[in-house]
Amino acid sequence: MPQEHIEEYLEAIYDIAGKDGTAKTSEIAERLKNAPASVTEAFQRMKQKGLVRYESHKGVTLTAKGYKAAIKMKRKHRLLEVFLDKMLHLPRENIHEQACKMEHVLTDETEIALCKTLKGPTECPHGSPIPPCNLEVKNCQECLSEQSLSLEKRDKDIIAITSLKTGDKAKIVFVRGGGGVMQRLCDLGLTNGTEVSLVRTAPIHGPIEIRVRGCKLVIGRGIAEKIFVHKT
Amino acid sequence: MKVDLVVALAGNANVGKSSIFNQLTGLGQIIGNWPGKTVEKAEGVLLHHDKHINIIDLPGIYSLSTYSQEEIVSREYIALQHPDVVVNVVDATALERNLFFTLQLLEMGAPLVIALNLVDVAKKKGITIDEKKLQKLLNAPVVPTIATKGIGVHEIIDEAIDQATRQASAHKNNIYYGPEIETRIKKLERVLTGVHIIYPLRWTAIKLLEGDSEIVNKVGEKHPDVIVAANILAGEISEIHKEPCSTVISSERYAVAARIVKEVQTFKELEKPSIGERLDALSMHGIWGYILMFTIMISILMFMSLFGGWFSEIIQNLFESANPHLTGFWPSLFWNGGVVGLYATLAVAFGFILPFYLILGFLEDSGYLPKIAYLMDRPCHTIGLHGKACIPLLLAFGCNVPACVGCRIMETKRDRFIAIFLSTLVPCSARTVVILGLVGAYVGVQWALLLYVFDFILIFLIGRLLNRFLPGVSVGIIMEMPSYRVPSATVITKQAWNRFKPFLITALPLIILGSILIEAMRLTDVLSLVSNALSPVTVVWLGLPAFTGFLFIFGVLRKEASLVLLMTAAGTVDIRSAMSPVQMIVFALVIMIYVPCIATIAALVRETGWKRAGFITFTEIGLAFFIGGLAFRLLNMLM
Repeated sequence: MPQEHIEEYLEAIYDIAGKDGTAKTSEIAERLKNAPASVTEAFQRMKQKGLVRYESHKGVTLTAKGYKAAIKMKRKHRLLEVFLDKMLHLPRENIHEQACKMEHVLTDETEIALCKTLKGPTECPHGSPIPPCNLEVKNCQECLSEQSLSLEKRDKDIIAITSLKTGDKAKIVFVRGGGGVMQRLCDLGLTNGTEVSLVRTAPIHGPIEIRVRGCKLVIGRGIAEKIFVHKT
Repeated sequence: MKVDLVVALAGNANVGKSSIFNQLTGLGQIIGNWPGKTVEKAEGVLLHHDKHINIIDLPGIYSLSTYSQEEIVSREYIALQHPDVVVNVVDATALERNLFFTLQLLEMGAPLVIALNLVDVAKKKGITIDEKKLQKLLNAPVVPTIATKGIGVHEIIDEAIDQATRQASAHKNNIYYGPEIETRIKKLERVLTGVHIIYPLRWTAIKLLEGDSEIVNKVGEKHPDVIVAANILAGEISEIHKEPCSTVISSERYAVAARIVKEVQTFKELEKPSIGERLDALSMHGIWGYILMFTIMISILMFMSLFGGWFSEIIQNLFESANPHLTGFWPSLFWNGGVVGLYATLAVAFGFILPFYLILGFLEDSGYLPKIAYLMDRPCHTIGLHGKACIPLLLAFGCNVPACVGCRIMETKRDRFIAIFLSTLVPCSARTVVILGLVGAYVGVQWALLLYVFDFILIFLIGRLLNRFLPGVSVGIIMEMPSYRVPSATVITKQAWNRFKPFLITALPLIILGSILIEAMRLTDVLSLVSNALSPVTVVWLGLPAFTGFLFIFGVLRKEASLVLLMTAAGTVDIRSAMSPVQMIVFALVIMIYVPCIATIAALVRETGWKRAGFITFTEIGLAFFIGGLAFRLLNMLM
């Protein structure tokens, strides 16, 4: 099974998986326009590689390794979309398909260079968030001002604070974006390394409530998606 | 009068500054359990042991930066007006976050007294704080207080007087940050010594390192070399920490705050979730929270409508039973103009307005408003705002004027404009009087509710339009969530009275006067002249009786007056004999939208300038008459 196919599968599972993280075989088959039989076969291969957990009739879920790989592809895909839209001014309706093909040949080095050239975008042209990079940086300014690509890779898994579950505790590693909002979050105590816990999430992409330094804060979804944490 | 001492109250939002201010001065600064109430500083005087003490209540802020309007107001005051003592009100339940601000006050070198407020709530949460130790670490007196009960507030002033008489050297700041930062602060201070600046030295140096735009501009105007030096030093700091210098300094302050908290605070985790937490879980629940919110809102409207109607009837019967039924110019003027004007206004005042202010006070003091902001944040995005806008929008149900001012809690100009515009469309208590007192009482409660629903749809549509055509996007909500508390009856009644008093003093005489004037015009046939002149709009387009024309003009002064004056102008208290149900609905509809009252227009001018205030006013006039005419034609087909 070529790497490119595996990557397509990972993305599809990532997109389709519901709240419990499971995607149904039939959904994946429909999405990728493949026969269910070949989808099951692909799941078995991916299971051997440790990318997914799969049991027939129960659907498929990503393992930590699979999740990481899926996020990486999403990041490349959406960065490419921004590039095709903003720099090359291609028609919006074409960029998704083009990005789908390009993402598989994009090296990590190119990915970082692309992110810097585009000044660290946070959303793709369709409004979906771009997952953060895995470099050892505390925020985007630092990376953008760095001339070389000498930054080390992060060894921790980081997720957006909005991906935490109710009651989860985590430490802040990285706040994307800059200017007033970032300073505001800092002033309210959300500095790097601070422990936070998710109290609750409002429905339909509403704000989140977190507990930090003994007080509760409500943060809008758009801002919260830029706060990245490491689960403890 | 000689002022002996100026004391400024400063601190985070919603920690009890205004409560302490009210306790000390006996004044009625609006208080309530949500962050952002105080947007302008308030001043009051206290006579304490033969000393005249000026107390200044500053807006609540989290930092001395320039993120929001309130921060600028507070910091300019402390830095430039040099109050003799700054009383830093600190929330004992959130010591770490509050100390972050205390540390900035220490950087400013202001003579400080710490009021450790809410010690009772902290105790309930299992938090105890060693005041003596805190006092030593901060090198400033610490007074534990329970502001709502007045405990400790006068001790604050004793300490403040002591603190003011101490030598300046006694206020020495003994809080230091990491050596790599301190050495650079010192270096920059040396650069600054030759420079004439109005701000405290250490504070200016820190602000320059943080790259605070205002201070950089002010200093940079005359001394660009200082800015260059500051940038180099800031660059060195961010090189060491791999973070922008401003976040390094914030982190450093928090590190110091955390260290202090660790030394002075003991925390015993409670076994059971508190009642407040359980209430939170219900009132902020993804489904139940919304159901609860709508139930509360509809119950309030229903209650107001029923109570107001019932009360008006009692008052009316009471007065009408004494009606001598005299005829002739002067007796008619006296009774139909004066007495009817008086009792109708009393009915409006005590039947609708006062009860509403009591309910609003209850919601405000309990801490429910921020929960609504949380629940409504997502829906607010569709009209280009974020959840915090709900707070002024809800206050607008009481009166549009404080709502317009309250819109300052919105961070950007764009958000503020949208919020202000929408606030003026919210039916305030005066318009509620017309909707419930006319349509609710004589046509049916369901029609009154329908008017509200229509108004909300209108607000939504205008919000969408503004969102579409104004450039920019909303920054999103960042708000502290206060805990619930048991509302205090004294606070609620006092607050309601403070809001209600201006109505009694200014509106009551005005409405009675207007009522007499209209009666005189009716008796001398001047009214019909005015009415005829306006009849193309009122009669032909809106299908209303001719006498309503004058009411629209008078309604600009006070909207609640239009109901009272309607009775006078119709020449009867039984509106049903003078107007059809459709006419009542159309009348209430136009009154609801047509123009903000004169006080609101004044507030609009102050908050947004002439151009925007004019835009809002004329848009609403046009909209009201347009919709009114359509409604008349549509309703005539239906009813």
